[in-house]
Amino acid sequence: MSASTSLSAIAFRTTIPVMLGYVPLGIAFGVLFAELGYHWLYAGLMGVVVFAGTAQFLAVGLLANSAGLVEVFAATLLLNIRHMFYGLSLLTRFPKTGWRRWYMIFGLTDETYSLLTSSKVPHGEDPVQFKFLITLFNQMSWVLGCTIGGWLGSQINFSTAGIEFVLPALFLVLVIEQYRQLPKLSLFVAALALGFATLIFISRDQMLLISCSLAVALLLLAKGAQTWKIR
Amino acid sequence: MENSISYLLLFMLVMASATFITRALPFVLFHKKSDHPLVEYLGTYLPPVLMVLLLVYSFKNESFISLGFVPEVIGLVSTLIFHLRWRQPLISIVGGTAIYMVLVQIGFMA
Repeated sequence: MSASTSLSAIAFRTTIPVMLGYVPLGIAFGVLFAELGYHWLYAGLMGVVVFAGTAQFLAVGLLANSAGLVEVFAATLLLNIRHMFYGLSLLTRFPKTGWRRWYMIFGLTDETYSLLTSSKVPHGEDPVQFKFLITLFNQMSWVLGCTIGGWLGSQINFSTAGIEFVLPALFLVLVIEQYRQLPKLSLFVAALALGFATLIFISRDQMLLISCSLAVALLLLAKGAQTWKIR
Repeated sequence: MENSISYLLLFMLVMASATFITRALPFVLFHKKSDHPLVEYLGTYLPPVLMVLLLVYSFKNESFISLGFVPEVIGLVSTLIFHLRWRQPLISIVGGTAIYMVLVQIGFMA
């Protein structure tokens, strides 16, 4: 066995726990996606070009609502802002140049992130190649799940009325997970009030952009007020 | 539905770009590990606020005047219960959506 095949084997073994999560999750996405009426191969294609679990469930809801592209862009950006702060701790551990660097950044999902930060590079092996292979194997199991799900969804047919509820269900789960990390009830209630106030009093169509800008402004103001008080 | 494939392809392109931007931005903006207090502050407080706003956003086409939101409430409560019980996003999201779809399709309180 050559050095590179054994490195592949070790990297593959490292990704098995993620695979066990990605295949069923991908299947669930693929089934929902295919019920929207698109060819099942597009479910696999989305796994190739987007490669993001939560964003692809967001996609099902947005496609069901025929959302405008600006809204798709804004919603995806806001959903993924969680990722922006992940990248920070990996900055020094990623290669500085080369195409593998850009692929690894592209493939930096929650699960890839947790594997890259927790697994040890085998002694004497190329760390860049090892991390690259982990990212690649993760994406392969994700694409496999999406494609199987898409095909399954094309074989079974059910009425899709109400499928857009995947959006609130997804966001509620994310809110619960955020609350587990930061159990500050007042913050969540304030955000809820801000959201509904924007929706009711300002704008229904521009709700997302307006309420998020207000949220950033209010958070910075709160920080400013705090700093000022300490002085 | 003639232009739905071009809509889908554009949709995927937009979503892929937005995802890639958020993944790449920290690598482009901060060349070495950043511990600027403002970045840390926003990193702590912004994500939970944004998730709540997205949750509210997902109801932007609802009217809250009629009783039409009862299936939504039941759907949300089921999602919550599933998630507190099993903490498996897949079960919570698919389970909650399935219950909502059944309620809507049998015309429950519509």
